[in-house]
Amino acid sequence: MKALAGFARRYARNRAAVLGLVLVAIVAAMALAAPILYPESPWEMVGRPLLRPFQNPEFPLGTDALGRDVAAGILHGASVSLTIGIVATVVSVVLGTLVGAVGGWYGGWIDDALGRLTDVFQTMPFFVFALALVAILSPSVGTIIFAIGIVTWPPVARLVRGEFLALKSRDFVQACLGIGMSDARIIATQLLPNCAAPIIVTASIKVATAILTESSLAFLGLGDPNVMSWGTMIGQARDLLRTAWYLTAIPGVVILLTVMALNLVGEGLNDALNPRLKPR
Amino acid sequence: MNRDRPAWRLARVVLRRLLQAVPIVLGVLVVNFLILRLAPGDIADVLAGESGVATPGYVAELRTRFGLDRPVWVQLFAYVSNAALLDLGWSFRHARPVAELIAARLVPTLILMAASTTLAVGLGIVLGVLAARRVNRPIDAVISTLALLCYATPLFWIGLMMIVLFAVQLGWLPSGGFETLGTGATGLGRILDIARHALMPAVALALFYLALYTRLTRASMLETLTQDYVRTARAKGLPERLVVFKHALANAVLPTVTMTGVQINSLLGGAVLVETVFAWPGIGRLAYEAVFTRDHNLLLGILFLSSVLVILVNLLVDLLYAVLDPRIEAA
Repeated sequence: MKALAGFARRYARNRAAVLGLVLVAIVAAMALAAPILYPESPWEMVGRPLLRPFQNPEFPLGTDALGRDVAAGILHGASVSLTIGIVATVVSVVLGTLVGAVGGWYGGWIDDALGRLTDVFQTMPFFVFALALVAILSPSVGTIIFAIGIVTWPPVARLVRGEFLALKSRDFVQACLGIGMSDARIIATQLLPNCAAPIIVTASIKVATAILTESSLAFLGLGDPNVMSWGTMIGQARDLLRTAWYLTAIPGVVILLTVMALNLVGEGLNDALNPRLKPR
Repeated sequence: MNRDRPAWRLARVVLRRLLQAVPIVLGVLVVNFLILRLAPGDIADVLAGESGVATPGYVAELRTRFGLDRPVWVQLFAYVSNAALLDLGWSFRHARPVAELIAARLVPTLILMAASTTLAVGLGIVLGVLAARRVNRPIDAVISTLALLCYATPLFWIGLMMIVLFAVQLGWLPSGGFETLGTGATGLGRILDIARHALMPAVALALFYLALYTRLTRASMLETLTQDYVRTARAKGLPERLVVFKHALANAVLPTVTMTGVQINSLLGGAVLVETVFAWPGIGRLAYEAVFTRDHNLLLGILFLSSVLVILVNLLVDLLYAVLDPRIEAA
């Protein structure tokens, strides 16, 4: 409990990180409120088309070319962005941790082979790679998560491998080996908890990148055609840029704030989890 | 012959890097091949479906013609050996070889990437130094906040917003394209015209990296400014300008060089978005078109060649590093 309080105090020392956390909480609240405030599909045509924001209290953010409520799209988009961002990050972190842990622990030819595999995936331009995967597998929430996870694990693998190499020779690990603990048990109960801090920091930044990647894919028309995403909204509003630029501006600002908030949370976690680092 | 001469050292670095690149290129090809195999239905299905009158016999004939009836490993071997000769297959949409299509689009993308990188690195170093010199003062706060915002901005969105402001509202810059058609301009006039068209896409693509290099330079300047040799330089009464630029910056800039190599990978992804927004006729826009015409061969050809580009740029960065820092024999 005391450790948790210390953690919260160190985190709160970074004002910007607190702001980030508040913004993330707001986005999460938007996602949760979406089905309550706007039970109908955000694809539904509900009003006069191209209503500007702040004109009609019923549609605070206006309507698009087909009379769909922009506010409903933003709220439903929040849950799509957060879901894809979080699940894709879990996929990426699990894959990366697996590859890095096995390579770092066993070393030798296994490590060499996994190292080459990591090199290959790190060389391929990750957005083009994700684009090709989603286009060829045809876009859906599942394939987008798969693609983002598959292209973003290499940095996690490198991080975990490095941590494992450093921890492997430490006395407490050698002691576990000495008493005959199994490899899997040492990895799970001794090594992984010891490199949890950098993994958590990386993961929070990764959620931001995943949300940015998803919106970029959706903007290019590779969003799941069944769900409303912020990137999809911008992609569809693009043809109306000259007359109704607010349709592009609103979802863009929301993406910007969400991504910035997650980056700030990452920095706050970094400060709080690495207390020995000097404050910047 | 003296084998420690700089030229020898560089040649060794190049050779070792090229040898290390071979398994990576092979790996990229295998991954590409696997993605193609993942696709539901092959090109024979697609073509047959479009012709509308496909009999099972016709589909089988198509498969034989494209070699799709052979065992998987034979297909993989054919794919890899063709790619080694830069034969990336055939684009069934454009009815032209993939390599030829990509070659025709390479120059605009290289122009865009060179302009963005120059802008981002140059301005990033200037802003980073400025912020580090006035750390925790108002100017540092302004630069750091701007960097934070640019770091989180979707670049396709900032590109669209720039079009609204500079092309639609103010009418200062063209909203897209590579050059004004039908002017018949040549020489300097044409170069200036292309530069006018390149300005917005280059800035849009540069913003994220500008933020990155600003933060990086600021952090590494703060680090080097505390080093003993900087204190020594100050103590012996050197002018502050000389201390900052000659002693501190020369060392602080090394991480930025490394980062440029790392960032080339994501710069290519950014090019897809920016080129799509600004109708810039480069590889990125070609990739976008390939997505929409379901031209899988072309898409994977682009993925392969951009991976090769990443390897080559990193080789260049290693060389630059070896020149900048003679202590390092790039590993």
